[in-house]
This record gives sequence, C-alpha cells and structure tokens, in this order.
Amino acid sequence: MKADLSNPPRQLLSGDDAVALAALHAGTALGIGYPGTPSTEILETFDRLDGRAQWSPNEKTALEVGIGVAFAGARALVTMKHVGLNVAADPLFTAAYTDVDGGLIIVSADDPGMASSQNEQDNRHYARAAGLPMLEPVDSQQAYDFTWLGFELSERWKIPVLLRLTTRVCHSLTPVLPRAPITPKAADFRRDVPARVMIPAFAKPAHHRLRTKLAEIAAWNEAEGPLHIEMGNQALGIISTGISAMHAREAAPEASHLSFGLTYPLPIERIRAWATQFERVLVVEEGDPMLVEELRAAGISVESKTERFRFSELDVARVRRIITGDDSEEPAPPQGKPPELCPGCSHRTVFHALRELDCIVAGDIGCYTLGVLPPFSAMDTCVCMGASITTGLGLRHALPEAQARRVVSVIGDSTFVHSGLTGLAEMAYNPPPTGHLVIILDNETTAMTGQQEHPGTGRSLDHSRAARMDFVAVGQAMGIKHVELIDEAAKDVDLKACIAECLARDETALIIVRQPCVLAAPKIRLYEKTAAAATSETS
Amino acid sequence: MTSNHSTTNIVIAGLGGQGIITASDILAETAFRAGFDVKKSELHGMSQRGGSVTSDVRFGERVLSPMVPAGETDVLLVLEPTQIEMNRPLLRADGVLLTTDVIPPGALKNKKSLNVAMLGALSSVLEIDEAHWLEAIHAHLAAKLHRLNDEAFALGRRSAQTD
Ligand SMILES: Cc1ncc(C[n+]2csc(CCOP(=O)(O)OP(=O)(O)O)c2C)c(N)n1
Ligand code: SF4
Repeated sequence: MKADLSNPPRQLLSGDDAVALAALHAGTALGIGYPGTPSTEILETFDRLDGRAQWSPNEKTALEVGIGVAFAGARALVTMKHVGLNVAADPLFTAAYTDVDGGLIIVSADDPGMASSQNEQDNRHYARAAGLPMLEPVDSQQAYDFTWLGFELSERWKIPVLLRLTTRVCHSLTPVLPRAPITPKAADFRRDVPARVMIPAFAKPAHHRLRTKLAEIAAWNEAEGPLHIEMGNQALGIISTGISAMHAREAAPEASHLSFGLTYPLPIERIRAWATQFERVLVVEEGDPMLVEELRAAGISVESKTERFRFSELDVARVRRIITGDDSEEPAPPQGKPPELCPGCSHRTVFHALRELDCIVAGDIGCYTLGVLPPFSAMDTCVCMGASITTGLGLRHALPEAQARRVVSVIGDSTFVHSGLTGLAEMAYNPPPTGHLVIILDNETTAMTGQQEHPGTGRSLDHSRAARMDFVAVGQAMGIKHVELIDEAAKDVDLKACIAECLARDETALIIVRQPCVLAAPKIRLYEKTAAAATSETS
Repeated sequence: MTSNHSTTNIVIAGLGGQGIITASDILAETAFRAGFDVKKSELHGMSQRGGSVTSDVRFGERVLSPMVPAGETDVLLVLEPTQIEMNRPLLRADGVLLTTDVIPPGALKNKKSLNVAMLGALSSVLEIDEAHWLEAIHAHLAAKLHRLNDEAFALGRRSAQTD
C-alpha cells in the first residue's frame, strides 16, 4: 500500500510522485507517456490520484498528443526516460517553434550510472539543441515546485518546457509541502495558423520568435529565476545543479554554494557576479562537462572535474575527490547478485530453443535481454527499442548465406508496438534473399518496467478494457509470408521445430509466442475478471 | 546513534523479493513521523528479478544527499546472509551490523514478515517512539496484514533487546 498523497500538508514523496501531485494540483488535463525507468511512476501515481493518465505506444506519439492538448489551451504533462526523448525528438524540435496555449511540460528522466538503461546520455544537450527552457530540481520539493513553475513559464512564453529529473531525484523520498490546487481554465480552440503550421513561410519567423522568447526567459532567469545560495568561506565557491548540489553541500559544508533551477537559458550574469568572490570556483555537475564549458565560453574562470567523473552518477565521496583534485583509481563498487529471468518465465523456453539451434540472435530491450547471460547466452545484439528486427535484417543482407540463415530477431510485445511495426514493414518490403524470422515474445505486459499495459494487451493504463492490437493480423496485413501464433502453455507445440522450419525457408516469417509473464499473470486474470464484470453490467 | 553530521545513516540490504524497499519506506515514514528531516534512496529497476538490493535511509535535523556515503553507515540491516560481506564496507568503524541471527530460529510465523521483524530489531537501537513505528507499518501495509506484522515487529524488538 502506498502513502496517501491526497491529504496535505507535509509528506514524504519520491520525485516522481511529487511531479504527479503537482500536475494534479496545477490542473493538468492529460498525463501521457511511455514507461521507462526512472520515469514510470509519474503517470501511475497521477492515475492513482484520479488524474487522467494514458500510456501511449511510444514517446513520439505521446509528445504529439501532448502538443495537441496544449494547442487546445489545456495543460499537458508528457513523461519518458532519457532515451525516450530521442524517439520524441522529431516533434520536440519543431514544437519549440510553435506557440502553445496550455502549459506543456516534457519530463526527461535521465539515468546517469545506467541503473536500468542502455546508455547514460545527458539530456541537458536537448535544451540547447532544440532551444527549450529546462528546469532541474534537486529534490522532491523542487520537483513539485518546478512542475508548477514549468506550467507558468510554458504559458507565459507559449513554449514547451523540459523538466529534467535524474534517477536519484525520481526515486528518492524527501519531504514535500504542497500548495492549494487550482481549477484549470477550460480548453478552447484558438486558430493561429502562422504559430502552428510549420511550413517554411511560417517557420522562418517562428524560429526568430523562439530566439526572442529564449532571450526574454534568460532575462527573467537573471532577475528572478530560482536560485539557492549558501555562503561559507571565500576560499571555495561551488556551482552545481540537480542532485549534485546536495552532494556538494554535504561534501564541503565549509565552502560557499550556488545552485540554480532553470539551467537553460543560464542566468549567466548572476553566476558571473557570484563567482568573483572566491579564490577558487569549481563546477560540480553529473555527466558531460557542459555547464563548465558554457561558463568558460562566457569568460567566467571555473575549475572542472576530471574526465573520470563524466562517467556514472556522482555521490558525496566522488564530489570530495573532485574538490580535492584526487584523480586516483576509485574503489570498485561491490559486485552484487545480478538479476535473472524469474523461474518459470516464458522467455526461458525461447532462449533455450535459440541456443540449441545455434542462432545468431538480434535482440531487443526488455526482461528478455537477460537472455544474453548464462545459462542461455543467446543474444548477440541489443541497441535500442525496435532495433532487433532491423539489425537482424542488416545481418541477413550482409552475412554469407550459411550464417545469414541462422539470424533471428527477438522482440517483446511492448517493444514491438513501440517501434517494431515499421521494422516489420521494412522486412516485408525489403526481404533479404534468405528471408528472415521475427519472434515476438508476447508476455501480455511491459514486464521490464513493472508491468504496464500497452496497445497489445487490450487494456488501458488503469487496466480497464481498450482495443487490442492483433499481432497476427498485423503481420498478415504487412505482407509477412508465414505468421504463426504459439500458445506456450499448450503442451503439444514444439517451438524448436517450428523455429527450425522457418529458418529453412527463404521467406519472411513471424512467430508470436504467447504466455503471460508469471509475475503479472495473477493480476492479468483479475483485470480481465473486473473488465468482464463491468461489460456485463453495462450490457 | 549519529555520525558527525548529526545525520543517522541506515542501510537495508538483501535480495529482490524480500521487501527491502517496503522496509525502508516504513523506516523513512517512521523517522518522518518522529519529526526528522528524512531522505531515502535506492536503485529500482532490475531489482525485482532476484538481484541484490540495498536501500539507504538518512534522518536528522537536516539531510543533504539522499545516499549514505560508503563507510558512514551507522546501522547496516541485512536480510539475507549471502549479502553481508559484500555490504560490510558500507559500515563505519563502530557501526552496528544487524543480521537475521537476531531472530530466534523458528520464532517467525511467516517468512514474508522478516523485513518487519528486522525493523523491530532496528527499533531497539534507535531512539524513536514505538508508536511511530506502528503507525508507519500500518500506513504501508494492507489492513489484513497488520496483526501478523505487529507480531513480527514485537518479536524482532524483543529479540534484539535481549540479545
Ligand atoms: C525509447 C525507450 N523507451 C523506454 C525504454 C524502457 N524500456 C525498456 S524495455 C521496455 C519494454 C519492455 O517490455 P516488453 O518488450 O514487452 O518486454 P518484457 O520486459 O515484457 O519482457 C521499456 C519500456 C527504453 N529502453 N527505451
Ligand atoms: S518479470 Fe515476467 S517477463 Fe520478467 S523475468 Fe520475470 S517472469 Fe519473465
């Protein structure tokens, strides 16, 4: 049972829950996103608080729906993990040119240290690249406050706002004092073609408008943007943002500290004025040395961390090293027991078969990525969501025939809906000479991130009934030659023989292996029962 | 039971599925109800599939970083014997290690409440009113589990006191 969030005053909340609560209090009309650690809980909590929340097939579709909500004059919260913003980058860059009427916040939950991600990209770059303001909270209170502030800035300048969280902000519990909720203004369509139709004739002035907005926001940040100063001695001044600010204050309680919340566009003159007071000024930032480079480019003389600290997340011990200039080898973190596929997990059978057949496996992202580890050791590639199908096709196109025949692409059901559909179209359209085989591991949930629904489960975020995508029909409609649905629970199917048969043909094939995730199965039965009862009541 | 920053640092360690996160949620809530500034942190994600899990809880007048620095843990609570050695370096020199050895063999009615029994043991070395512990346990667990966990908490508390 989770803590009761609907009942102020002060509560202990995770950063994710704080964003959800603020979204509710600030009158958000729709929360929409795609699951991804560490962002997933935002929409789950928003739904639990009776906010209107939806899982979208992927981050691009989520952001586009959010843009529509904001064009309608209502507030939208779009959530995703850092790599999700790559998927949503196309709408992001052009939404920056448009005028939104309702506030639009895009949460990018970054994962420095890769607790549960395939890379540790630093999404502060996106604020610069797209030209969008970025807020970075240090704790749950700021996550709450900056969600409010994000909507205010977004509506004042009619611009989408990036709210960048990191794993430790998302998942740490810290106290939050909420404010009084407001009633949202009603949505209403306002026609504004030059601000919303990005053909070159309108986009050219729109780009100029964007730069003007950013200049005004920078001036606001200089005058009254959120900024926190703790004055200590004059020997050392530390400039930091996000969770690093907390590590820095603990690591050097005697030093002076400056941190600020709107990290793009920077309050450069405030930083310059503050920095003149100290013998040494040091920038403490997680990830890429971005802030330090920008301050130096502005002619502010600051010290930086060494290259070693670009990697992984910071903590108090590492910040102490940065302060003392200790660049020696760091102690290796303790090697814990690695995770493994649950006993009875349906993915196990498939990887056993693939291993026995000595397949070259183009893999994808989900629980099943654990198929790369012993005892299966049955995965050869994993890049990003959806890449299994297309990377597998590339391997088939280039490898000598004997090897090409062994290539199989393996993809989860949620991942297939997220970004496997276009890959399947590619396979039907440009089949390799040896054909190809894609296996969808349909465990009827998004298991990896904690069992979220998606269009293939036929249930919405709140587990009520929704339209269900039929993978067999999709494969056939796309023009895949052989499409087969295998119910793993049925005792008489020989999965290995079925795979071998597909590999022997020079044609395209899709096998859907269906069996619910063992952890999710009891809940799925319950959702189905509840949904069936609801349908019989209304009919 | 405090280190130099007047912050108390607790680390709870074990394996996915043992209720480590629930235990640290309850501990954080307890300290919060007792009027402390509190921060709690752990890495989610892969943990649900049986891997190692640790969760940090810090409380005091003012807590800064949510993560306990290595070597500054005041109390290390370990729910799974195989996880003791790996986490021992987290303890400060005179820190307290609490393992499942404090619970008399066979005394726990239901293995699922080991996490709460260990919180009972922890409660005997922290100066927080027992009422706050029980309120936090009830706030985080379903009503039908309250009796079982109240008993587990009492068992752990009693066992550690007489240890
Ligand atoms: C662009 C992007 N968005 C989100 C994620 C997080 N994520 C990784 S795998 C995955 C889906 C896993 O579900 P599924 O494919 O059904 O496999 P399962 O875990 O159920 O085996 C998600 C949401 C990601 N890695 N990249
Ligand atoms: S959570 Fe489900 S899909 Fe993931 S390993 Fe366990 S049984 Fe398999």
